[in-house]
Amino acid sequence: MMNTIYLAIPLSALLGAIIAGLFGGRIGRKGAHSVTIAGVATSFLLSLYVLNQHVFNGVETFNGTVYTWMISEGIRFEIGFLIDNLTVMMMAVVTGVSLAVHVYTIGYMADDEANWPETSLAGKNSYQRFFSYISLFTFSMLMLVMSNNFLQLFFGWEAVGLVSYLLIGFWSVRPTAVYANLKAFIVNRVGDFGFILGISAIVMYTGTLDYIDVFAQAEGLSNQTMSIFDGSDWNVVSVICILLFVGAMGKSAQIPLHVWLPDSMEGPTPISALIHAATMVTAGIFMVTRMSPLFEFSEAALSFVMLVGAATAFFMGLIGIVQNDIKRVVAYSTLSQLGYMTVALGASAYSAAVFHLMTHAFFKALLFLAAGSVIIAMHHEQDMRKMGGLKKYLPITYWTSLVGTLALIGFPGLSGFFSKDSIIEAVHHSDIYGHEIAYLAVLSGVFITAFYSFRLFFMVFHGEERMDAHTKEHLHEPPRVVTWPLIALAIPSVFIGGLTIGDMLFGDYFGSAIFVLEKHDVLSQIGFNGGWAFVQHGFGGPALYLALLGVFTAWYIYIKNPHIADLAKNKFSLIHSILDNKYGFDKLYGWVFGAGSRQLGDKLWQHGDVSFIDGLLVNGSAKFVGWFSGVARQVQTGMLYHYAFAMLIGVLALLTLFVLF
Amino acid sequence: MVSLSSYLTLSAILFAISVAGIFVNRKNIVIILMCIELMLLAANINFVAFSHYLNDSAGQIFVFFILTVAAAEAAIGLAILVVVFRNRRTINVEALNEMKG
Repeated sequence: MMNTIYLAIPLSALLGAIIAGLFGGRIGRKGAHSVTIAGVATSFLLSLYVLNQHVFNGVETFNGTVYTWMISEGIRFEIGFLIDNLTVMMMAVVTGVSLAVHVYTIGYMADDEANWPETSLAGKNSYQRFFSYISLFTFSMLMLVMSNNFLQLFFGWEAVGLVSYLLIGFWSVRPTAVYANLKAFIVNRVGDFGFILGISAIVMYTGTLDYIDVFAQAEGLSNQTMSIFDGSDWNVVSVICILLFVGAMGKSAQIPLHVWLPDSMEGPTPISALIHAATMVTAGIFMVTRMSPLFEFSEAALSFVMLVGAATAFFMGLIGIVQNDIKRVVAYSTLSQLGYMTVALGASAYSAAVFHLMTHAFFKALLFLAAGSVIIAMHHEQDMRKMGGLKKYLPITYWTSLVGTLALIGFPGLSGFFSKDSIIEAVHHSDIYGHEIAYLAVLSGVFITAFYSFRLFFMVFHGEERMDAHTKEHLHEPPRVVTWPLIALAIPSVFIGGLTIGDMLFGDYFGSAIFVLEKHDVLSQIGFNGGWAFVQHGFGGPALYLALLGVFTAWYIYIKNPHIADLAKNKFSLIHSILDNKYGFDKLYGWVFGAGSRQLGDKLWQHGDVSFIDGLLVNGSAKFVGWFSGVARQVQTGMLYHYAFAMLIGVLALLTLFVLF
Repeated sequence: MVSLSSYLTLSAILFAISVAGIFVNRKNIVIILMCIELMLLAANINFVAFSHYLNDSAGQIFVFFILTVAAAEAAIGLAILVVVFRNRRTINVEALNEMKG
């Protein structure tokens, strides 16, 4: 019975995607969004049922194979499910946010024809195609989180990457979108290369792809070393974990593979919310959490994870301050928050990372959808400098955004407060190498988060109205399919943190799903006496005051004295231009990898293709045949006696051979 | 008694004459045909000589076959020659170089 339900959860999403994708033209717009929403709603309800069964009714962890693809030299390639409390939480979050986004999309994509030239073939049935893609994404993500082996994990990993690529470049008539999806795909290739090397190393040393079998051998592996270069010994677990984490760096957009995420905002806003904020980018965090039995045995990998996360949390937050595109601010905020989660992973506070993943999924999806709502109202204007004073035109968007923003900065009592404060506390108690820097980074990150979040909030909803008269005339709240998902996401953004923190972080909710060595167990060092006490404790720490200071600074600069912003910009023009150029990552990559590989390709084309293959091999062999036949035809004189002579000589030669030998 | 080697020498001389006839003659295709006939006859002399010498009549039977084939060949060769002459108004060997590459 449960097996069928597990199987039905991803398959109902897939079914919706197939129907909407292949028969989109026949079933029309209404049919397409009905069938995909029905599929995802089924997934969501079944996920909730499974969540209820596992968490409250005590159903055992399920680990089983659904289908065996092949068995090669004892290595089994299978599709299977591992359903424990970590998985059911991810399933509920993924399907829940996905459902909200599906409904929201009806409103956001309602007049998508306007985005396509009339003759464009891709623009035909683009509405149905979009629904098909987001359902396909839900399927892929579910396959990723439900997997019980590395093969299926890799399948889900690549499938969500593919859908992300398709959706970033959804408006394929825009050159910027095509550039952005190519960039996302290529950067992810770098991460995935590390990821597949990590999986290969696991197969090489354990001979199995199954999670549980691999985890059982983790401790033994931690005493083995491998030689990558001659004369250098590397700890096997460290190598595996760092390689796997390189995959997570690509998917979860950590420095230095973060460059694709801000550009992915070229895609339609619903997928920015679903894929590039709430779910897909957290796949790396989920994967590391799932692999906690491996990461626990490598302090080197944990340090690496923590330092990368800290750098991302701090530096990406800073860029958010100078962005003017509403979606890009939220995108850099996502990068920064992913950095927080990664820091928590490095501190062995896996449950805190997943907890932040969950709360972040709700409030970041909310913020993105609210940004989308603003964009709809502003007629697809995304520049915050042309907004302002929207509070009275978009009341629902305003209040839900306020909830999301407060949750993001960690206002006491809201979801984000619990998750972010527990991460900061966990890092504080950690004694992994690099924890001092990480602690400073996440702490100052709180100020930065509050500052850029409220900068966005004030610039969009308060202050003077900077839009043109035409836009202003048409300003009104978007339809209900847009606002209802906002409200639906605002509710968990407020409550879910306080309700679940006790069990998830300090109870035994995760049970055996997350493995932490005793010496790394930082969460147990945080005294927890219920959610209310945690809030009171928050007043004693620096994080809350930093957040309030950030809000105040944003208010002072952008509402009270707007000219300060320009003044500061001129005064610190060097810093501003560094931030505005995103520390030069894009330029560096464009120059080294972009221009470099183009040069390399040019050389290979000129010398390898044109000269060697075309010139020497293809045309060369043809020319040789021509030349040789030119010589050979001289023999064919047409004179009868020449032929007779040749025959005679031949007979004589054969005869001589025969007689002599 | 004429020895075997005398027959073989005769046959070799005939053969050499016919080969020389093919090479030296560059004008008339009829002479080439005749030279080929002469070549066959040279071979026949070998056959008969060996047949007699070895007391085996198979060699003489071969000669009958070769003579028959040679007759047929001469007929076909002359027929071709007639057709060639009709088409080109010449049987000059040097003019017949259609097979030149």
